[in-house]
Amino acid sequence: MEQKKKELLVLEDILGSNKKIADQIRKKLEEHGILAINLLSAPGSGKTSLLEKIGLKLKDSCRLGVIEGDIETERDAERIRKIGLPAWQITTHGACHLEAKMLAQIFDQIPADLDFLFIENVGNLVCPASFDLGEGLRFVLLSVPEGDDKPQKYPEAFITSQVLVLTKCDLLPYLPFDTDRVIKEALEINPHLKVFKTSATSGEGLDELCAFLEAELKQRRGQHA
Amino acid sequence: MHELSLVADLFTIIEEQASRAGAKRVTKVVVSVGELSGVVPELFRSAFQSYKKGTIADKARLQLKMVKIKFKCRSCGHELTARNIMDESFSYVCPACGSKDMELIAGRDLYLEKLEIET
Repeated sequence: MEQKKKELLVLEDILGSNKKIADQIRKKLEEHGILAINLLSAPGSGKTSLLEKIGLKLKDSCRLGVIEGDIETERDAERIRKIGLPAWQITTHGACHLEAKMLAQIFDQIPADLDFLFIENVGNLVCPASFDLGEGLRFVLLSVPEGDDKPQKYPEAFITSQVLVLTKCDLLPYLPFDTDRVIKEALEINPHLKVFKTSATSGEGLDELCAFLEAELKQRRGQHA
Repeated sequence: MHELSLVADLFTIIEEQASRAGAKRVTKVVVSVGELSGVVPELFRSAFQSYKKGTIADKARLQLKMVKIKFKCRSCGHELTARNIMDESFSYVCPACGSKDMELIAGRDLYLEKLEIET
């Protein structure tokens, strides 16, 4: 029999399977009134330290939970449990980012009465930016020692985030880091970014960040009520 | 680094589409890759080559069509294309009206565009 060749127009989104699961997670979170925050940054930018500090500030007035994404070990989840917060560790065993289906697998363990669910992504300023986890807010962290040229070098993380948190700002007197340049370049890429200057060591900017989170939660619950 | 997991999702779509169309074999796969999709074409290609073995697309050629990053000005509607992601001269300011309110309208997606099949 003669073989017939033909062309098949498909037009299907390859990232779509992740997006579908992410949308289901987003819907569930909204139903429960939980604000989920996906934290992106390079390794060592201070994601866990920031979570420890804002966790301590918010834990008396709000119900918090933390999902820790790492390639290996439970170390970050243990740090969070030490300050009295529930933490769930996802180890990706080599994968450089979290995907929505990894979250879906542990979603049943997340209490429905949380206020905030922080999701600490795998330390990587590139790949996690491509994967929607169903979060309500995306934070990108940039620490002073990393250098002030990052927004334009890693634009996707900055384009897809709503909040830029500059961390380790207590080191500014010692390092050639031009804060104005970073903020200017980040806003050129994404004019809607909200910027916070923080230090987990000195405590700078943490009250402002917590106030912002509480205001966002209140506003979102008002909208979905 | 995550190209292999994307290729796995691609093959789920390929196999579903091919079986629905009654294909005996897939001979060509055309994927459009946004410059800002986070996909490295070389890595995607080598992941495709190792993944395709033993599938219906065992002998298929992969064609990647790169899609440029495109912004549209929310103020005046002007459209602006970046030559590539590392284009240093590129600024996120509208050259027509000076507004900084630019919306990304192309370059983030990763699509299976079409398949060539034998029935």
